Amino acid sequence: MRNPLADKVVELKPSGIRKFFDIVSEMQDAISLGVGEPDFDTPWHIRDEGIYSLERGRTFYTSNSGLKELRTEICNYMKRKQGIQYDWAKEVIITVGGSEAIDIGLRAMCNPGDEVLIPQPSYVSYEPCAILAGATPVIIDLKAENEFRLTAEELENAITDKTKVLILPFPNNPTGAIMEREDLEAIAEVVKKHDIIVMSDEIYSELTYKGEHVSIASLPDMQERTIVINGFSKAYAMTGWRLGYACGPRIIIEQMTKIHQFAIMCAPTTSQYAAVEALKNGDADVAEMRTSYNQRRRFLLNAFKEMGLECFEPFGAFYVFPCIKEFGMTSDEFATRFLEEEKVAAVPGTAFGDSGEGFLRISYAYSLDKLKLAMGRLEHFVNKLRAEQGAK
Amino acid sequence: MREELLAVIEKNSRIDLKELAVILGVEEIDVVNELAALEAEGVICGYHTLVNWEKTSIDKVTALIEVRVTPQRGQGFDKIAERIYKYPEVRSVYLMAGGYDLMVILDGKTLREVSMFVTDKLSTLETVNSTATHFILKKYKDHGTVFSQKSEDEREMITP
Repeated sequence: MRNPLADKVVELKPSGIRKFFDIVSEMQDAISLGVGEPDFDTPWHIRDEGIYSLERGRTFYTSNSGLKELRTEICNYMKRKQGIQYDWAKEVIITVGGSEAIDIGLRAMCNPGDEVLIPQPSYVSYEPCAILAGATPVIIDLKAENEFRLTAEELENAITDKTKVLILPFPNNPTGAIMEREDLEAIAEVVKKHDIIVMSDEIYSELTYKGEHVSIASLPDMQERTIVINGFSKAYAMTGWRLGYACGPRIIIEQMTKIHQFAIMCAPTTSQYAAVEALKNGDADVAEMRTSYNQRRRFLLNAFKEMGLECFEPFGAFYVFPCIKEFGMTSDEFATRFLEEEKVAAVPGTAFGDSGEGFLRISYAYSLDKLKLAMGRLEHFVNKLRAEQGAK
Repeated sequence: MREELLAVIEKNSRIDLKELAVILGVEEIDVVNELAALEAEGVICGYHTLVNWEKTSIDKVTALIEVRVTPQRGQGFDKIAERIYKYPEVRSVYLMAGGYDLMVILDGKTLREVSMFVTDKLSTLETVNSTATHFILKKYKDHGTVFSQKSEDEREMITP
């Protein structure tokens, strides 16, 4: 039989997180700190709106770009939060999670040989999506000493005459790093100078703990060269609803809509109705969840400090990214031993890129009680490793 | 800090002071002082435990009693409310807007005990015009806590 597979797909590296997942799932009664989604249920009034839309029999396709009402609400939201005005009819598309927006955005923009700049550590799908879009991913290794922010210098050094798109993943998964206004201004200058398009993945924009999130699209002359990606998963605890969106220049959104139309048709109708409610009446829920995440964030940072584990203070998302280099192990070895000996699962930093080596992603989308239990075990583990080192 | 502190301890009054300081991002001494102030001002009125008595072998009935009264000159409803809330078996008394004046929540061992209280004590008060007693059959949720909730984590163990 002939080879039924596409080389491009076969050659994609499987997600590093998958390998770890397989080990964890075989382990009974392990505590997990490895989840990249909120522990809260979707607020009831939002779920209720989804249920109501089903009761009314709203079970048909929506327009390809999504419900007008939802796109209008998204425009209101962008205006209210970032001061950016988008045309609901031509500059917004509703997608199946932020993930789809990343995929179709890259496919709409990249020609073979175009280079896509991907700062890492970052979410696992940018690199494969760029490859599948026919582009050449170029990795920028972010540094711990910069608190995993992207600097103008790093960006400048990575740019060639083939560079087309910069992916800007902040607030960042897995590091929790954020980019503040001054950081973004420096990046914007370089981007404009080299005429690059920015794909700004702002899925964690509602979860920052030091001032309000700033979108690079809100800086002067940046809206015309930025695709903003966001969604409902993290802010409103709606991961399973699979709903995201992209806002950007009309010519790009138009082509994204074409791909979306053929591949997806439209995002889930029930989810879209629920999302309208989320944007209209969900601010208080977001604030409450943010407060709770912030408390857990402080708890973890203090626990690390007490056990002498190095960790920069992250101000975004719901991850902390402690450094485990002192133990002379790879992230993979550390995470595997931590799981086997203490039954706690945390994701090795390398699952998010080579520059994650020496770090561990710990999610705080867990109750304080669970985090407390896990930190007790981490302290025990860290002390054991230090004793081992001392004995050598 | 005050608002967030209250929100945290309203859900968990057993949290220790050090941990409270850590999660609020303040010094422990500030927490101690703020709690003392809140208690002195009567903002914090107690630290109670939410018990689901149905799960114990202790029998208890809870009744909601709607009470219509004639307010007294110069004292409004306060005097009559006081007469009622002084009984230890009365758990709560609220002044209401709407079809009746006072909502009295009462704990008793048996239906009979509650009925006796209403007929002997409450109805015989001069200013009480009428009462309507409702018995609680089952508590689904109390003080924001669902009694039958399973709290199992249904998420995948590891997700990107």
